[in-house]
Amino acid sequence: MLKEFTCIICPNGCGISADIEIKEGGDSLIRSIEGALCPRGEIYVKQELIDPRRNIATSVLVKGGILPLASVRLTKPIPKDRIFDAMEEIKKCCLKAPVTAGTVLVENILGYDADVIVTKSVPAGKLLK
Amino acid sequence: MNAQLKEIQVEQVDVVIIGGGPAGLAAAAELYRRGIHNLLVIEREKQLGGILRQCIHDGFGLTRFQTALSGPEYAQRFIDTIEELNIPYITDATVLEVTHERQVTAVTREGMRTWQAKAVILTMGCRERTRGAIGIPGERPTGVLTAGVAQAYMNLFNTMPAKEVVILGSGDIGMIMARRLTLEGAHVKAVFEIQPYPSGLPRNIEQCLNDYDIPLYLSHGITAIHGNTRLTGVTVSKVDENFKPIPGTEKEYKCDTLILSVGLIPENELSLDAGVILDERTRGALVDENFQTAAEGIFAAGNVLHVHDLVDFVSIEAESLADSVAKYVIEGSLKPAAISINTDCNIGYTVPQRVSGEKEFTLSLRVKRPMKDCRIVVRQAGKEVAVKKMKKAIPAEMIRFVISHEKLVSGSDLEVCVEC
Repeated sequence: MLKEFTCIICPNGCGISADIEIKEGGDSLIRSIEGALCPRGEIYVKQELIDPRRNIATSVLVKGGILPLASVRLTKPIPKDRIFDAMEEIKKCCLKAPVTAGTVLVENILGYDADVIVTKSVPAGKLLK
Repeated sequence: MNAQLKEIQVEQVDVVIIGGGPAGLAAAAELYRRGIHNLLVIEREKQLGGILRQCIHDGFGLTRFQTALSGPEYAQRFIDTIEELNIPYITDATVLEVTHERQVTAVTREGMRTWQAKAVILTMGCRERTRGAIGIPGERPTGVLTAGVAQAYMNLFNTMPAKEVVILGSGDIGMIMARRLTLEGAHVKAVFEIQPYPSGLPRNIEQCLNDYDIPLYLSHGITAIHGNTRLTGVTVSKVDENFKPIPGTEKEYKCDTLILSVGLIPENELSLDAGVILDERTRGALVDENFQTAAEGIFAAGNVLHVHDLVDFVSIEAESLADSVAKYVIEGSLKPAAISINTDCNIGYTVPQRVSGEKEFTLSLRVKRPMKDCRIVVRQAGKEVAVKKMKKAIPAEMIRFVISHEKLVSGSDLEVCVEC
């Protein structure tokens, strides 16, 4: 079965065609693959077939900072179908200024070995207007 | 004359950089490394970083830093350098005028200030096209906003601007906001694009639209906006190859918010005052390989020069500009650029638009329509001087390649064309 993919690993966004055989038991085998400009394309397709994963970025509330929010992201992608669960977990968090970029907000979110880290430092102080 | 105005001292500085976003910060750090320490970055907002402050999604820095960063992290790397090197900058300061003689006047927290610079670097970025710019007919309710404004509401001001959303235009920011709104609980019904091809990058169609089952309709436009106070819905029509709505294809979509992602325009009001000449195609300055504009000693890079799709290339372009500006400040002039770069009908634009022919340079360009298996060929007097083979070339993706000066001769223009 010929399947088309758009690689999301880098901005090249390679269009990849893969000939895939679905085996009994649900496993799949890539018979041939073409269109990727680099080896990461094939790794991406393999991952998409067994367990598509995505990173997410959002923000959390900051109390007492010069900004109302600190942006956060995951250190690793997690299964695509758990993204909204991860959003719920992150929403429960609230930070107190000062906040430093790189701080781990949630360790090992949903047990996927990915941390939620702060990506924007927010100094303590009066809210900038 | 007002006594206070008379007292304004003109401050002497080697370089003034207007705009503390990714281009301005990269230029400042590189200038400093090249030995130009008497410089000043002027930023309008309260913090450095420009648009990256609100681009919290990841994927920045893959080219520049070989790792995927969010916008704020990418900006912070440059801000940290600025702080470490003690490069002077002022925030909350709006430049009012740049003159042809390189005098820069700004309103700052300390009042009006004027600087006389040896060189001025324009890095003001770009702004979004609005409803007015594309002339959508209909009523004038609230709830019609650009993607960047929606992004600022959500990521900077903690304000959710929408519940039921329709997006017009498939620009990258529009698609990124489709995902962001969905993550925060809004329902994004569809993205409509008037062109027959998407205007954003393929990876964003995949990870921002397809992942969340948001449909993208090509060759569709909005033909009416409804609502008295708040938007209640839009009428969408298919369009023909001349972008004219096809009668009978109208469909109503109920929504409270219409997000526009219909293009970016370099922010060049200040540049025009200074005598900079703009390219009608890029809406940015005409520049040579040193990024010098038609006004001597005034340089431009980043989104104010031409709209980029990746910040990595903004930084790289600004660093290259800084190398030239350092040389200009030290030596007092740069080689004149007498060779024009002309294009065929398949090429949207090139930057630079002219070169001296005596220095290696990076040619940036965009194709006008999607093409497959083509060659981008640069010729001078009929002779090939550079070729780039492309498996696919799309308008959404800026194409860059280095052209060596060794094959170039003087007295003859360069022709850039696409051969399929």
